[in-house]
Amino acid sequence: MKLLRELLFPLIAVIAAFIIGGILILIIGDDPIVAYKLLLGSALSWPDGIGYTLFYATPLIFTGLAVLVAFRCGLLNIGAEGQLYVAAFATAWVGITFAHMSGWVLLPLCFVAAIIAGGAWGAIPGVLKARFGSHEVINTIMLNFIAVALVSYFTQYHYKTPGDPIMETTEISGGAHIARIGRILPGFPERIPLNLAFILALVCCVLVYLFLWRTKWGYELRATGSNPTAAEYGGISIRKQIIIAMTISGSLAGMVGINEVLGYRYRYYDGFSASYGFTGIAVALLGRNHPVGVLLSAILFGMLIRGGIFVDAFTNNVTKDLVDVLQGIVILFVAAEALFRGPFSRFGLLKRSKV
Amino acid sequence: MRDLFTIALIWSTVRLATPLILAALGGLFSERSGIINIALEGKMLAGAFTAAAVTYAADSKLHLGAASPWIGLLAGMSAGILIAAIYAIVCIRYKADQVVSGTAINILMFGLPAFLSGALFLSSGSTPQIPRDRLIPFTPFVIALLLGLLTAICWYVLYRTPFGLRLRSVGENPEAADAAGVSVSRIRYSGVLIAGALAGIGGAYLSIGQSSLFTRNMTSGRGFIALAALIFGKWRPVQTLLACLLFGFTEAVSIQMQGAIKLPAFFATLLRQTPGDDIPIQFIQMVPYLLTIIVLAGFIGSSRPPRALGIPYQKEK
Repeated sequence: MKLLRELLFPLIAVIAAFIIGGILILIIGDDPIVAYKLLLGSALSWPDGIGYTLFYATPLIFTGLAVLVAFRCGLLNIGAEGQLYVAAFATAWVGITFAHMSGWVLLPLCFVAAIIAGGAWGAIPGVLKARFGSHEVINTIMLNFIAVALVSYFTQYHYKTPGDPIMETTEISGGAHIARIGRILPGFPERIPLNLAFILALVCCVLVYLFLWRTKWGYELRATGSNPTAAEYGGISIRKQIIIAMTISGSLAGMVGINEVLGYRYRYYDGFSASYGFTGIAVALLGRNHPVGVLLSAILFGMLIRGGIFVDAFTNNVTKDLVDVLQGIVILFVAAEALFRGPFSRFGLLKRSKV
Repeated sequence: MRDLFTIALIWSTVRLATPLILAALGGLFSERSGIINIALEGKMLAGAFTAAAVTYAADSKLHLGAASPWIGLLAGMSAGILIAAIYAIVCIRYKADQVVSGTAINILMFGLPAFLSGALFLSSGSTPQIPRDRLIPFTPFVIALLLGLLTAICWYVLYRTPFGLRLRSVGENPEAADAAGVSVSRIRYSGVLIAGALAGIGGAYLSIGQSSLFTRNMTSGRGFIALAALIFGKWRPVQTLLACLLFGFTEAVSIQMQGAIKLPAFFATLLRQTPGDDIPIQFIQMVPYLLTIIVLAGFIGSSRPPRALGIPYQKEK
């Protein structure tokens, strides 16, 4: 019964978004049924559709988990976008700078670089909130812009192949590549960029679950989120929890860099993120801030991204911007849950103090 | 260095600060009433797209001539109000989390204008070019005067009218305002709608004032800079105006100084660059954001947000 209720509202939100999206498609003169058939068909075909859907879902699982962990501590991390940029650049930097090392050393080093860089960038708003009480939402927004400018500076001035018109770094060492699924799964083509980072994302779902619901630290973090005053009386340091939550959140967002740099492009490519950090908010909300929900909704959004490309190409008027439209409507409906739930809504989780 | 500070730089500052000032002053009304406004970006995009699309249609399809940009401006403002109305209903009526729904509005408005222009104009997300003589014809001087006037009006409304008093009290202490007979939600609706109108005009100025068409994501973060200016200006009209001018100035400098300012030797060594290189544009771009973080942390005076900001008001039974 509880499970049913947990599934019901996200499902209503998705269906409502698809209906409004369908009306928009009608208005601009295409057939919504055809468009949606195309969208789902291209996202679920084997092996390309499913392969690419899961590939697009991978960064969203990481950012969704990042938002989830912060959320459970009562914080909203809008900064996953900045955290993943810093981390992706850091992992590429290690892959380029220590290229002479053997893969056995280099690859773990690259992983650690992504996790530490993302975590550090996430810790900044955590410390600012814990120390000065300044709101994490504003600071993470500001840090997104700073991150983008910073990595773009390093790419342009220090790590670009001279003369290359594209804003990207030189290639990382071959030892730092992680395998594509095609090399492991027989019959799965290697041209599909789905790689081991997807498995890492699944592992992270399990780890986040175990951490939050099966450890003392996770309990303290959630206690801070659901009732900070009671938590403080119980001897939990709220300031410490805020910093811990933001650091873990940033590390999770940072792992997007592993998928992007070590598993896909093998270099840092400036502006690579298609708003993964912001979509992560949608993923976490739709997944009701639970790892299983995050996994499912990340796959749903992965399908939308994959299918959106086909809808763009094979309909007259619909462009892939449809995906952003659907996403926006989904979050709006999930946020305004009271719309479906009636006056007896509970927003305990979303109670916030100040900006 | 000296020839940087020219009259041209001043006008360029005014031009670049205009959309920021409009959006930030709008956001001021929303935030002082207690509703966070991270959806300024989305409202500006709505205004920018609608203004450009309507101006284009009024000029080329309906042949309204010189009236076109004004109709476009009005439409842009209305689009801002419409988006604000959706936001207001979700946040006030349904008590949704304001940051989350603001983010939703931003994502939606990132996609919707491009989606519609793709279909309407068979483009990859932009509107057709509007002829030069069909743009808002104000000179920077007139705009500067109007913005000064607008700031004065905002100040007057906020501090010298009953509405302003109610708005501020609803943002600080909604329970007390409610007990005094003020309708909290009505005041908050007005605050959010004013924000929508001004942000819509700000967006319209981008597409049919500063440039001559709408392009995909043309605000490129200006809504967030406006929000930053609002915080930097400590939620007060005059300070917010000054903050916007400062941020407009940094942008103007970063455009003008490409190749004009050399990197000082100390920093060149620090950054492992050749002395005599240009200052990397990225560092200038960071300035508004860094300043905001510093101000918010309380390093430059204290910056205190309205006390009830972000908290949905639950009327006691």
